[in-house]
Amino acid sequence: MIAIIGLVIGVAVGLILKPDVPIGLEPYLPIAVVAALDAVFGALRAFLDGLFDDKVFVVSFISNVFIAALIVFLGDKLGVGAQLSTGVIVVLGIRIFANVAAIRRHIFHA
Amino acid sequence: MSTHDDLSADHDPPVEATPSSRERLERALLHPGRGQVVAAVLLAVLGIAGVTQVRIAGTDDEYAGMRQADLVQALNGLQAASLRNEQEIRDLQSTRDALRSSSDRTAAALEQARSELSSLGVLAGTLPASGPGIRITITAPQARLSLNNLLDGIEELRDAGAEAMEINDEVRVVAQTSFDAADNGIDVDGQIVSSPFIIDAIGDPESLETALRFPGGFVDDVALDGGKVTIKQSQSIEVTSLRTPVKPQYAQSTKSK
Repeated sequence: MIAIIGLVIGVAVGLILKPDVPIGLEPYLPIAVVAALDAVFGALRAFLDGLFDDKVFVVSFISNVFIAALIVFLGDKLGVGAQLSTGVIVVLGIRIFANVAAIRRHIFHA
Repeated sequence: MSTHDDLSADHDPPVEATPSSRERLERALLHPGRGQVVAAVLLAVLGIAGVTQVRIAGTDDEYAGMRQADLVQALNGLQAASLRNEQEIRDLQSTRDALRSSSDRTAAALEQARSELSSLGVLAGTLPASGPGIRITITAPQARLSLNNLLDGIEELRDAGAEAMEINDEVRVVAQTSFDAADNGIDVDGQIVSSPFIIDAIGDPESLETALRFPGGFVDDVALDGGKVTIKQSQSIEVTSLRTPVKPQYAQSTKSK
């Protein structure tokens, strides 16, 4: 319940404050958002499996975002930033689909 | 990235897992624990980031998020497009200039042709004319005027610079006009004119009248035959009778020089 309230508060704050993103960080924000989404779905699945641990969630959330941003940063330095961004998005997308499938099995028995 | 990864290979039989997971979900919604606070903070961060990213992607122009290489490529493309467009502008401008000068030349030629047409039309008798000139009225005895006298008079008028002439407001006198004697008058271009003869001539009125009145000239000749001539100068002589233009049958125009 508190987690859902936190998400709602975050969306509301983002809508109301309209924070500015520094130009240097702009390419990393979409990747970071997708990585965080992956961590959230993984946590939800672990919770339904009875394995949820808030420390693991925090570490996985932060490390997901950090590593995704790092990969994109390296890609930019190596001159393949666009391709690596696409690759990260694809991998994270596959993971999100797999997690959502497990969550679906838990909730809908299908 | 760590513990959750291991779960992807884990396929629990749903029948056994479902009741407990449902219960867990309900318990978490109704009796939230300490761990949910941390999750709430992280989810709040995710919410802010997600909304911000959606706003950026929706409102910013398409170049803001692009990388340097992409920007260079886009710039190259735009430059090439700009070059092509400039070339097209130059082509179209030269086409426009060509068309404009050609239409100017056409208009000038048309204007010249029109003015030539009107001056030639006056000379050939196909257009009505008006201007200063004289009106000569000849009253001949028994309605007879000597053909020679009339021809002399017309020649004198031509010599004095008459530009358009007509007789009795009926017959235009031009270069091809023929005169012949007839029973009750004079046959001018197949049309019989009789006394009183009225000749309208456009030209310098003074010169025209002088050309007829010199001693031994037209007026004296007619007086010798017993006729009477009156000459009236006017600033607006109207020559309105027309002559049907005839296409030359034998004479062909040749290039001058």
